[in-house]
Amino acid sequence: MDAIQIDRVSKAFAGTQAVNDVSLTVKKGELFGLIGPDGAGKTTLFKILVTLLRPDQGKAQVNGMDVVGDFRKLRPLIGYMPGRFSLYPDLSVEENLSFFATVFGTTIAANYELIRDIYVQLEPFKNRRAGALSGGMKQKLALCCALIHKPDVLFLDEPTTGVDAVSRKEFWDMLHRLNERGLTILVSTPYMDEAGQCDRIALMQTGQILAVDTPAGVENLFQKPLFAVKARETYRLIQDLRAAPFTETCYAFGEYLHLTSLPSVTAEIIRDYLIQKYHEAVEIKPIKAGIEDSFMALMQHHGEGSQHG
Amino acid sequence: MKRFFAFVKKEFFHILRDRRTLLILFGLPFVQVLLFGFALTNEIKNARIAILDLDHSQHSRQITSRLLSSGYFKLEQQLDSYKGIEPAFRKGKVKMVIVFPARFTAELAHDQAAQIQVLADASEQNTAISLTNYATNIIQSYSAELNPVGMNPPMQLDVQSRMVFNPELKGAFVFVPGVMAMVLLLVSALMTSVTIAREKETGTMEVLMVSPLTQMQILFGKVLPYLLLSFLNGCMIIVLGINLLGIPLNGSLGLLLAETLLFIFLALSIGILISTIAETQLVAMFASLLIMLMPTIFLSGFIFPIESMPKPLQILSNIIPAKYFISIVKGIMIKGVGLQYLWKETLVLFGMATVINAVSLRNLKTRLG
Repeated sequence: MDAIQIDRVSKAFAGTQAVNDVSLTVKKGELFGLIGPDGAGKTTLFKILVTLLRPDQGKAQVNGMDVVGDFRKLRPLIGYMPGRFSLYPDLSVEENLSFFATVFGTTIAANYELIRDIYVQLEPFKNRRAGALSGGMKQKLALCCALIHKPDVLFLDEPTTGVDAVSRKEFWDMLHRLNERGLTILVSTPYMDEAGQCDRIALMQTGQILAVDTPAGVENLFQKPLFAVKARETYRLIQDLRAAPFTETCYAFGEYLHLTSLPSVTAEIIRDYLIQKYHEAVEIKPIKAGIEDSFMALMQHHGEGSQHG
Repeated sequence: MKRFFAFVKKEFFHILRDRRTLLILFGLPFVQVLLFGFALTNEIKNARIAILDLDHSQHSRQITSRLLSSGYFKLEQQLDSYKGIEPAFRKGKVKMVIVFPARFTAELAHDQAAQIQVLADASEQNTAISLTNYATNIIQSYSAELNPVGMNPPMQLDVQSRMVFNPELKGAFVFVPGVMAMVLLLVSALMTSVTIAREKETGTMEVLMVSPLTQMQILFGKVLPYLLLSFLNGCMIIVLGINLLGIPLNGSLGLLLAETLLFIFLALSIGILISTIAETQLVAMFASLLIMLMPTIFLSGFIFPIESMPKPLQILSNIIPAKYFISIVKGIMIKGVGLQYLWKETLVLFGMATVINAVSLRNLKTRLG
C-alpha cells in the first residue's frame, strides 16, 4: 500500500484552477518533495491531502484512507505543519508543545523519543513565549508540534520559507533522520536547491505536475547543450545572447547566465560572437544541467504547449 | 474531555496574558458604569429658571421657595410681565419659566382649582421633559399637603406613571442596565468572534481542525472562558450599580443572575455566528461593532427613548436583544417584579439564542471549503 495516492484531483477557487487534474503516488517511507513557484497549487494540494479541503474532482488516499470519506479516522494519523508556523505566540515553547500533545491525545513524555533530537535545541528556551523565538526556532517548534502524536505521514508545507540558510540545512538533516525511522514525509518548497535533498520530487506549476522523478532523473530530462556564461556587463550580455542566432533560452542564475543552445554549438562559437560584440572578461564553460534548468525548460515547454493547445 | 480542558486552559492563557484583553474585560465596564452613572446622566442640577409671579400670594411664594430649595432649580430672573418671557428664553439663559397667574389664590379659594403654567425650553427635549417633571412633582406634593384627606385636589396636574418607580428621574437607574447590556454584548460577542478569527488568521485553526478535536469542542472551548468572565463582569456591574450609584435591588438576585446568564449566552451565540462568517480579526471586529454595539446604543432605548423614535426605528428596535434585557433588568432591580411579568422578554431572548445557534450550526464546517 502506498502512503499517498492522488488520482486525477482538481480544485478550483472562484474561477481559478488551483489544482488541475493531478495524479501522484508517494511510497511508504519516502521523502517526497513538491517543488514549484508560489501560486503553483502546492498548498491547495496539501490542504486536500490533510482533509481540510474537498477536491472538486478525483480521489485521494492517505495511508489507504480516503481524504473525504474517512477524514475522521485519517486525521489522527497525519502530522501537518502549515506554511505559516501555526503556533500560539503568547504561549511558551513548552505550553505550545504540551497543548498540541494533549489535543492529539498524548503527552510529551510518551513520544519524547521521536522529537528528542529537535527538542534538545529548544529546551533552553522552553519558558520563552513562542512569539519571541527566531524563525529557525519557530520552525523547529512547529515541527515538534506536528510530530508529537507520532503520525504515519508528515505533511510540511513550505517549512523552510523565511528561515536562514543554516537553519534550513539543519532542518533538512532532521527530516532525513525522521525519514530513516520510517516516517513518510511530503514536503513542499519553492527552493529548487532543496530538491536534491528528496528521494523523489514532483515539479508543479499552475496547478499541474510537470514531471515526477528522482532529482538525478529530473536533471537528466535536460538533453540540450548548456553553458554558463559570464562577462563584465551582465545586462548587455543577456540582451546580446538572447538575440544570438544559436540561442534557445538564456536565464540569469546567480552570477552566471545559463544559455541553452542549438545542438553542435561550442563554447568557441559563443566566445567569438561575444568578442565581436565587444564584451570583456568573457567566461564560458559547458555545464551539466541542474534541477532548476530542467524546471525552466519544462516550464517553457509547458507554457508553449498550453498556448498552442 | 482532557482535550477540551487543555483547550480551555489555553484560552485562559490567551486572555490573561494579553493586557489589552484584560483591560477591555475589566477596565471597560468599570469606566463605563462610572461614566454613565455620574457624568453622562440626564439628571439635572441647578437648572436656571425664571419666575413670573402675578399673584404675589403666600401660595406662590411657598411653591417658589420649594422649587428653589429642591436643588434642581436656580432662580435666574424675576419677571414682571408676560412680555419678559420670550426674551428670557431667547437669551438662552433660562430653561424654564413658572407662571403664577394674577388670580391664582382667588381661584384656588373659589373653584378649588387653579393653574400654574410651566413653560420649558424644548430645544433640549430631554432636559425640558425632566424639568417639567420635576416641577410638576414638587407642585403636586405641595397641593397634596394643602388638602385634607378625601377632598378633590385643587390643582389638577398630570402625573406620569413611570415616575412611580423613579420619582426623582435618576439618570443612573436608566443607564446602568444599558451599560450592563452594552458591556456584556461587547465582551462576549466581540471577544469571542475576534479570538476565533485570530486562530483563522494565524493558521492555528487549520492545525486544530486537522486534530481529533471536533468543531463543537473548539467552539465550546472558546466560549466557556468568556462565559465565566462575562458573568463575573455582570456581577461586578451589579455590585457597582448598587453600592456606588445607589440603585435598589427590589427583586430577586437569583432571577437577575439567571437572566444575565441567559443574555451572555445569547451574546456569545452572536459572537460565534460572526466568527463563522468573518475570516480576519478586523472583519470580526467591525461586524461586532456595527451590528451589535451601534444598534445597542441607539435602538435599545438605552440613550434615546424608544417611544420618541420614528415608527420604522421603533419596529427595528424589536430585534435588538439589549432592549429586552434592559427592560428585564429594570423590572427586577427597580420595579422588583418577578418572572410572571418578565416571561415574555425572557422567552424572546431564549428564542433569539436558539435561532442564532441553529444558524451557526448550519454554518459550521469541519473543513475549510
